[in-house]
Amino acid sequence: MIKRATGFNETFDRREKGTKATHYCPGCGHGIINKLIAEAMADLGIQDRTVFVSPVGCAAFCYYYFDCGNVAGPHGRASAIATGVSRALPGSVVISYQGDGDLGAIGFNNAFQAANRGEHFACFFVNNSIYAMTGGQMAPTTLIGQKTTTTPFGRDPVKEGYPLKVCEVLNQLQAPVYIERVSVADTKRIMQAKKAVRKALEIQRDGKGYAFVEFLSPCPTNWRMDPVTSAEFVTESMEKVFPLGCLRDRSAEHAPVPNQIPQLTLSQLFGEGREGKAAEVDPAFKEKSFKFSGFGGQGVLSLGLVIAEAAGLAGRFVSWLPSYGPEQRGGYASCSVVVSGHEVGSPTVDDPEVLVVMSQPAMEKYYHTVRPGGVMVYEASLPCPEPRDGVRVLAFPASKIAGESRTPKAANTAFLGALTAMGLHGLPEEHVLAALDASFAAKPKLVERNRKVYQTAFEWSTNNF
Amino acid sequence: MRKFVKGNEAVAIGAVYAGCEMYFGYPITPASDIAHAVAEYFPQLGREHLQAECETGAINMIFGAAAAGKLSMTASSGPGISLMQEGMSYLAGAQLPAVVVNVMRVGPGLGNIGPEQGDYNQAVKGGGHGNYHSLVLAPASVQEMCDLTMKAFELSFKYRNPAIVLADAVLGQMMEFLTFPEEMKVKPMTDGWAVHGDHETRCNLITSIYLDNELQERHNWALQEKYSAMQVEALAESYLLEDAEIVLTGYGTSARIARSAVDRLRDEGIKSGLLRPITLFPFPTEQLQRAALAGKILVVELSNGQYRDDLLLHLDRKIPCQVDLINRMGGNMMKVKDVVEKAKKMLREGSQ
Repeated sequence: MIKRATGFNETFDRREKGTKATHYCPGCGHGIINKLIAEAMADLGIQDRTVFVSPVGCAAFCYYYFDCGNVAGPHGRASAIATGVSRALPGSVVISYQGDGDLGAIGFNNAFQAANRGEHFACFFVNNSIYAMTGGQMAPTTLIGQKTTTTPFGRDPVKEGYPLKVCEVLNQLQAPVYIERVSVADTKRIMQAKKAVRKALEIQRDGKGYAFVEFLSPCPTNWRMDPVTSAEFVTESMEKVFPLGCLRDRSAEHAPVPNQIPQLTLSQLFGEGREGKAAEVDPAFKEKSFKFSGFGGQGVLSLGLVIAEAAGLAGRFVSWLPSYGPEQRGGYASCSVVVSGHEVGSPTVDDPEVLVVMSQPAMEKYYHTVRPGGVMVYEASLPCPEPRDGVRVLAFPASKIAGESRTPKAANTAFLGALTAMGLHGLPEEHVLAALDASFAAKPKLVERNRKVYQTAFEWSTNNF
Repeated sequence: MRKFVKGNEAVAIGAVYAGCEMYFGYPITPASDIAHAVAEYFPQLGREHLQAECETGAINMIFGAAAAGKLSMTASSGPGISLMQEGMSYLAGAQLPAVVVNVMRVGPGLGNIGPEQGDYNQAVKGGGHGNYHSLVLAPASVQEMCDLTMKAFELSFKYRNPAIVLADAVLGQMMEFLTFPEEMKVKPMTDGWAVHGDHETRCNLITSIYLDNELQERHNWALQEKYSAMQVEALAESYLLEDAEIVLTGYGTSARIARSAVDRLRDEGIKSGLLRPITLFPFPTEQLQRAALAGKILVVELSNGQYRDDLLLHLDRKIPCQVDLINRMGGNMMKVKDVVEKAKKMLREGSQ
């Protein structure tokens, strides 16, 4: 008498109230494989903590049968879902059950990458060399010459490639703990398959890592064979291409331990922050819009940031928006800063009131955008532009000042000093200096040097503008 | 606590305070800073960050984590979000909560990394296959990048439905002061439906398949009812609408530009106001219909008119209202002064 498999639901009510029959065709291997997994799950006492991820295809309905947590997702993605589940539930036993189209074709990369990461789940891969539920199309594992509904003249390796040997591919990876190919074509082979299933689940029970078992499995319906001939096809034809055996078993070794990352509390992580008071509405404050422009690496973005931070310390509303080219280094760079007495509207600055220019292309791009009544302060070593009505143009020797202070990279800080001296940002100097110092918090040596550049620039501007 | 941070960073900070436990993502400009911040924050807080092999992988890892009842999220942009659409449909079908952040870039195709709002229809109308909706929240400031990410988790779990934070390249890259949330949110209970890998949830099943037509239809109707019930969550900001003779409207970055235009129009003595949807699904229909009593609406958006089209659907057809559009694409932004001019033109033509 055939025993009812433990690990299955008593009756398959999700299929049909009270039924004990599965939906698999006569002679199909899935039923046997399902039973091996269910029994092993029950015998190992892991049923409560097992989560079964079903594929799309003939095994889409595994959740009818398995008495454990069940999750069913899109075609090919069971390994990705199993990754999510196993990382969400450390200590659980996760099973990803996938067919040859699911795992070998559409979802190969997800399965392969999960194996390469050594995800903690057991992947049961059912290879019947054909797409079954969708109507007998070619699978990646279809044998050469095998006729399917999409290879009616037989699989031609020149056109359709060769049968994909998934175990052998995964065996190139470092992380998997266990890889074995088995068959469910006859009793002897089923007994070996049973051991493999058990091994894969023990590895999960013990939290050791990734286990992969491939099952060669008959599909009489789509092969258009009777069950006996199908079993012979598995043993005589499929096994020649997909030899049975254990390719790897490292289950006796200790599971690798990830690097420990120091744990922090929220306040340790985010620090104290500058507690600066929230911005306050001040109708008397006239909104100011700035554009800082030049080449990447000249510090135009940082210059804008210091102004923005200072504005925040002063209780103003402020936005900072960068714009840069696709190059990682050396391309154009600019940022728009809006300082306001009320909530900032557009963070983009179409017509700046104050334009700082540190390169010739920036001059060409933005000089004409300065609004009437606005100011352009530009690096004095650049050619003098044509005058524009209503726009003040100031040549400022930022590079020279920074160079003479032996901090040539601080030309941006020199501009900051000039803007303060000219009253162009309208922010209290104490906040500007605090923001400047803070911008070098990671490099304390630069604080004093930048202060010096700032001071020199401030004095030069006071005397010359 | 206040800090000057990038919009993308604010999303990650919002995720932390929402109690998000798992992040799966794949790099793409201009959304990658979110992953950078999460990769730094999460492991130090004992939470999970994994760079997936692709966006399809990421969204299905989310599916797995959500099935296990975890607060999980991903962030991407245009092409990456397109790759996630199948997974979004499955999340909706299986009624799983998850947060997906789209920092919109320019499309179609590879487009460029500038700001655009061309993914409106994809986000608001479903995007994947089948009769479903995601909740869609549209931040317009760095503060909202944080706050609405938190809100997205809250709504997502309340309705067991995916929620999208629909931002754009400007909001992702810009910096403003962020007032940090006061405290961490309490984790929602999920025992009733999630699979926790324990005895209590052993009989739970997460799936979107209903082989029986009747059951599938019933499931679909139940989903539609749920989407209708979400209407109470509709949110919009009204700015100077009370006496407005023309209403400017837009969401996200466009709303910021429109707001500046409203200020300039007011400076010139022109009574204008702004209606800014904060939720795009559910759409703030009531708020729109009230605003539409002004008789003139100027839609400001960075797409070919996708938001405008949706707005037209939500207007009360019995009440006449002139609707016009000012829009840019390709990564360009409309200038405030052009919006102002367009609004004035509408008012002039109306008085003729």
